[in-house]
Amino acid sequence: MRYSGLRLFAEALRGNTGWKPAWRDPPPKRSYDVIIIGGGGHGLATAYYLAKEHGITNVAVLEKGPIGLGNTGRNTTIVRSNYMLPQNHFFYEKALSLWEGLEQDLNYNAMVSQRGVINLFHAEGTRNAAVRRGNAMRLDGIDADLLDKEQVRALCPLIDVDNGRFPVLGGLMQRRGGTARHDAVAWGFARAADQRGVDIIQHCEVTGIDVEGGRVTGVQTTRGPIKANKIGLAVAGNTSRLAQMAGIDVPIESHVLQAFVSEGVKPLVDQVITFGAGHFYISQSDKGGLVFGGGLDGWNTYAQRGNLPVVDHVWSAGIAMMPSLSRLRGLRQWGGVMDMSFDGSPIIGKTPIDGLYMTAGWCYGGFKATPGSGWCHAWTIANDAPHKLNEAYRLDRFRTGHLLDERGNGPYPWMQ
Amino acid sequence: MIRIDCPWCGVRDEVEFTYRGDATVVRPGEGASEEAFHDFVYKRANPRGWHVEWWYHGAGCRQFLKVVRHTMTHEVRAVARATEMPEVPAE
Amino acid sequence: MTQPFRTRAGGQIDRTVTLSFRFDGKVYAGHPGDTLASALLANGVRLVGRSFKLHRPRGIYAAGAEEPNALAELRTGARREPNTRMTQIELYAGLEAASQNRWPSLRWDLLSLNGLIAPVLSSGFYYKTFMWPASFWEKVYEPLIRRSSGLGRAAGLADPDRYDTVNAHCDVLVIGAGVAGLAAALVAGATGARVMLCEQDFLLGAGLVGQDDGWREATLAALAAMANVTLLPRTNVFGAYDANVVGAVERVADHLPEPPPHTPRQRYWTIRAGTIVHATGAHERFIAFPDNDRPGVMLAGAAATYVARYGVKPGNRALLFANNDAAYLSLFTLHDAGVVMAGIVDPRAESPAQAAARARGITVWSASQVIGTSGALALTGARIARVGSAGTDTLVAADLLLVSGGINPAVQLASQSRTPLDWSEPLATWVPGVPVLAQFSAGAANGVSGLREAAADGARSGAAASGGDAAIALPEDVPADATVLPLWEVKGRGKAFVDIQDDVTANDIRLAAREGYKHIEHAKRYTTHTMGTDQGKSGGLVGAAVLAEARGETVQNVGMPTFRPFTSPVTWGAIAGANIGKHFAPTRLSPLHDWHVKRAAVFMDAGQWLRPAYYPAPVDSDGWDSVLREARAARRGVAVCDVSTLGKIDVQGRDAARFLDRLYTNTFSNLAIGRARYGLMLREDGIVFDDGTTSRLAQDHFFVTTTTANAGPVMQHMEFYLQTVWPELDVTLASVTDQWAAMSIAGPKSRATISKIVDGLDLSNEAFPFMAVADATVRGCAVRVFRISFSGEMAYEIATPAGHAETVWRAVLEAGEEFGIEPYGVEALGLLRIEKGHVTGAELNGQTTAADVGLEKMFKKRGDFVGRVLAQRPGLTDAARPRLVGLRPVTRGEQMRAGMHLVETGSSHSLGWITAVTRAVELDGWIGLAMLENGASRIGSRMQAASPLHGALVDVEIVSPHFVDPENARVRV
Repeated sequence: MRYSGLRLFAEALRGNTGWKPAWRDPPPKRSYDVIIIGGGGHGLATAYYLAKEHGITNVAVLEKGPIGLGNTGRNTTIVRSNYMLPQNHFFYEKALSLWEGLEQDLNYNAMVSQRGVINLFHAEGTRNAAVRRGNAMRLDGIDADLLDKEQVRALCPLIDVDNGRFPVLGGLMQRRGGTARHDAVAWGFARAADQRGVDIIQHCEVTGIDVEGGRVTGVQTTRGPIKANKIGLAVAGNTSRLAQMAGIDVPIESHVLQAFVSEGVKPLVDQVITFGAGHFYISQSDKGGLVFGGGLDGWNTYAQRGNLPVVDHVWSAGIAMMPSLSRLRGLRQWGGVMDMSFDGSPIIGKTPIDGLYMTAGWCYGGFKATPGSGWCHAWTIANDAPHKLNEAYRLDRFRTGHLLDERGNGPYPWMQ
Repeated sequence: MIRIDCPWCGVRDEVEFTYRGDATVVRPGEGASEEAFHDFVYKRANPRGWHVEWWYHGAGCRQFLKVVRHTMTHEVRAVARATEMPEVPAE
Repeated sequence: MTQPFRTRAGGQIDRTVTLSFRFDGKVYAGHPGDTLASALLANGVRLVGRSFKLHRPRGIYAAGAEEPNALAELRTGARREPNTRMTQIELYAGLEAASQNRWPSLRWDLLSLNGLIAPVLSSGFYYKTFMWPASFWEKVYEPLIRRSSGLGRAAGLADPDRYDTVNAHCDVLVIGAGVAGLAAALVAGATGARVMLCEQDFLLGAGLVGQDDGWREATLAALAAMANVTLLPRTNVFGAYDANVVGAVERVADHLPEPPPHTPRQRYWTIRAGTIVHATGAHERFIAFPDNDRPGVMLAGAAATYVARYGVKPGNRALLFANNDAAYLSLFTLHDAGVVMAGIVDPRAESPAQAAARARGITVWSASQVIGTSGALALTGARIARVGSAGTDTLVAADLLLVSGGINPAVQLASQSRTPLDWSEPLATWVPGVPVLAQFSAGAANGVSGLREAAADGARSGAAASGGDAAIALPEDVPADATVLPLWEVKGRGKAFVDIQDDVTANDIRLAAREGYKHIEHAKRYTTHTMGTDQGKSGGLVGAAVLAEARGETVQNVGMPTFRPFTSPVTWGAIAGANIGKHFAPTRLSPLHDWHVKRAAVFMDAGQWLRPAYYPAPVDSDGWDSVLREARAARRGVAVCDVSTLGKIDVQGRDAARFLDRLYTNTFSNLAIGRARYGLMLREDGIVFDDGTTSRLAQDHFFVTTTTANAGPVMQHMEFYLQTVWPELDVTLASVTDQWAAMSIAGPKSRATISKIVDGLDLSNEAFPFMAVADATVRGCAVRVFRISFSGEMAYEIATPAGHAETVWRAVLEAGEEFGIEPYGVEALGLLRIEKGHVTGAELNGQTTAADVGLEKMFKKRGDFVGRVLAQRPGLTDAARPRLVGLRPVTRGEQMRAGMHLVETGSSHSLGWITAVTRAVELDGWIGLAMLENGASRIGSRMQAASPLHGALVDVEIVSPHFVDPENARVRV
């Protein structure tokens, strides 16, 4: 069933009784060509691109709960490709270009809104780093603009550019960055993958990964064993646990990242703004809520909840940067469990087990990567070899020292 | 709020401490292999359950403490000095 | 200024005082003790808002935090607060409020035309359209959607009010001062426990008003007399966190036009509780029936509250639609106050309350339900029909329709504390199960109904929570039976809302289920059910039940979305507290700061420190003039720089040298006493961590310096290795950064300068060569003198206890006066180090190896040190890695910028980047440092420095990074 304004109108005339399920709810088959573990954005996108780009449609996505309710449904919806290291910005640029055509590709409006992402800087050192990053992007064909203080003020008058503690020197802006409606990304990929024949199997928890002679042969699940010679893990937040089912240790820790949304108000913040000196970022959803967050709580956890010290810091940073938000009210807070890697960059690629692949270690970057992660993961699975775009994201880079430490934070996941 | 019963200072809020990860890994001695050092730095327990971890009481006694904490409930079960090994519950 | 709906007597309002206020510009009157909602109802105002999506007219629906409709922009100007619930706004003289989300006016709202296309605006409609053409989303569709979304308008101006923060501890925290909470606090207080009682309302025990005022007053008096009990009215506990810690916000001055002097507007409490009693009450839930949203439809308990507490009749002629006996008591309260009874509609065939109502002469339509309502901007009547009958209905005239579908215990905080929820069949709702933490639920929050029973439950919880017991009196009440015949929805023509604020209907939920969004979280997100500011307090379970029916399952199988903070929306500024503006982060000041201020230094941020960037002088035409003047003084005469911000760590103990040998890439055990050495420290992953000089003051005593930025991290790094890896070493560490001031005296005249003031030390080159260290005095102040240099000139560093800093500093300046001494700031410091080719944080940025910055020779030949093994990994030893080089523009006058990239002429492929640039004093024009792939082999070649961000392209020459004195002779003179 194709979505369109006309269809919407026609269905409205029929009392909206004609709409069909966005995806089927099939029972698992006994075997598939490829099993993707994890029905979040990355897993669903992997399945979609396997079908669309590689013609591999005998695919199951296994999700222990309902799809899209892990980090896909718990992030702050930002999309951007403003990375300094070429390995990172080329990958994220691929993701951003997929975002740009996503609605038409999926026939599902994920509300990709290229409203611009501004990273503020406050001191010479951070300005120089921003200039280095922006120039790296521009030389590689990715949009970036340097804003001075007055340009920042003009674009977002709410920012107290002269604030007493960290006066704004300027900002690095990526105009093509922005936001997307996170839930719709999962639903859109699910629907589009389903239409190409992928089985999306919800409430099917993987309890074991079968490995024989160094290669995968299938999985054990709460709905019985399922065979497959290729398995892709897309379970960020829980990668350590799933990888261990296949006997692999991954350099990942699970940490909670909190996020917040305010009550809905009329349009106030038109871009995505990040305040590096304060570990704070904010944007406004199309519904009117201000969506904002900061850093990790900073200790291993699998619980999707954080504590007050981070709340206090994030909210202070918000008012330090935008004093006029003070009388608004926060409506909800939540937390997502991040796969924190040891250099801040993701892992997409093969593993020591033949036929087992993963897209993992997403730190804070998972949502914006969604289509790119799925695209590269699918390529890697289909070709049993990484694509050029994800070659650097190999699992063994921690052994070889080919680290991708974008911010130089070191092998401390809780500080990444 | 995670609250840690520091053996030197008493019960304190998490804000007084700095986390430093898995406290079960042991730094290899001189002459150990690259593999051994790789494991020391990159191979960390990441259990869903009880976790033994370092917390540095920077705003207090400046001691590193071994804390046994659950990564789902966040319950702190035991706090030991750096040279002790606290008891870790099975479940 | 009449209040036609005010009763003659009763309620907790002060009728002797009349307050004037404005709503949408019109003047009304009310009394102290009123909320804006009760005062508007007293004045007969029924229409107070418009709904989110369809802009339907809406009235006051509730009497507390569960209010979905009655949201106002309160106050004006910089104090304007959007989305403020009228049911919780305390009336004060001169209050101004305005309705929101309507244009041009509340009565004539143009966007109510959305109602005509409502079928198209079904749940998830935006996911299915607005896709063509692609470029239209940002330009056309999204701006339209954004403009019509959101509720109120933010002030857009800085908040003039202050907020306070309190950290509190107690033995027993009681949340909610209803009857159960009061009883719990009374018992716990009587045991001597430290008790805190938080109540979001401004009135404690509000539910007792008009029922047992005597018990309420006696209990409040007893609590007020207990020194160990802290009563916090107007305080909402917004969230429960780990280890029985909760966050709460006290509305200190929101009931006043503005906060009095020296008074915060709100106060944020972080409360660490031994045990917690959740006495948070319950929220009445509605029944979804067609057009259940007209102004005049109201929760039954809310209507009773308006009568009993505020002395306000919420209507003239009331009809009740309820499935439980407890709700009848609400109607009887109205009956007793003289409201005309239109009757009662009850889906149940019979009940004791039905008999009681008939005895009062009230018409009861048993086994019946409301199937629709009439009216435009206000309710005029309801259509009722017998359950199961088709087509035959009766129109009953009423301007007030009381609704009760049962109650939902307010389990949010208990659930956030991981207390499981159990399904109660009699109440058809979730009640708290066995808590995991040291917590209890009591009263209505525990599914207990009736004042007396709730008080008894509270008393039990108070005893359990405090570990003691005390006998207390219990209040009198009319027993109420809250058992329901579950009824969630009456189907029929018209919109049956399950989320009144966000305009989510039962049909929307069914559509979501039909399209596969069957899980409660999917349905919620697809329809936005419970995502409004009321968070579905009265409609959440109703929507879940509609979903359950659509799925053919029970409500308990469908479950509820996770309860997350906040229980009610929380003021942003309250949590931010005083840590805003310049207090957002601490500002660290050098002990010489006052002098720098007097000298009119231009300051810059260096981490948390404020440091002089440069010192302007009358001869300077701009900042560069100052910087160059200062740097020239250092190169040609003498200059002095405040370096107190460098990290300083005192290392003592028998194994101190061995410890440092293991931490640094180079050796300290062979360092002579009275000598300093530059040291390089890696992280365990082989990347450079920090550098600095370390001096040996005695066999077992070292003085370590770190970079300004890494003072804390290096200290922690040292403690980590000492305590956890080598606890057998006899070493103690102390951070002495703040204890020692330090100043660097650099330049050919530096020795001549300080020789005049340093006592007790022979400073001749022979006696005190490069890298020597010794104690001495200056003007009687103890100092440590280090002959170390960062500038590349002959230089000394003098450290002195912080309290003597200015004495010593002034002595240096006086001594250097004859040589034209200048103080120099961070900019000149940077200039000098770039000329010298010394690396700082711009190069040691956590990504570079020792070899990358030309320091590979710092690795000792033998022995373990942190980072040695992993630094050997192929990725870190690759010869092609970017390496430190120097740069000069081919055309000397051209400016380079930090952050430019280096490319082969005509290429856009980055081979490196510029880390730092400066105008030079020893050379013409600009110079820079860069990290460049195969850097060493490119020295002597030409490339281009590109900054597309600035539209700049500069031809540059790759040179050695050591522009000045590469032989390092000057420091040894």
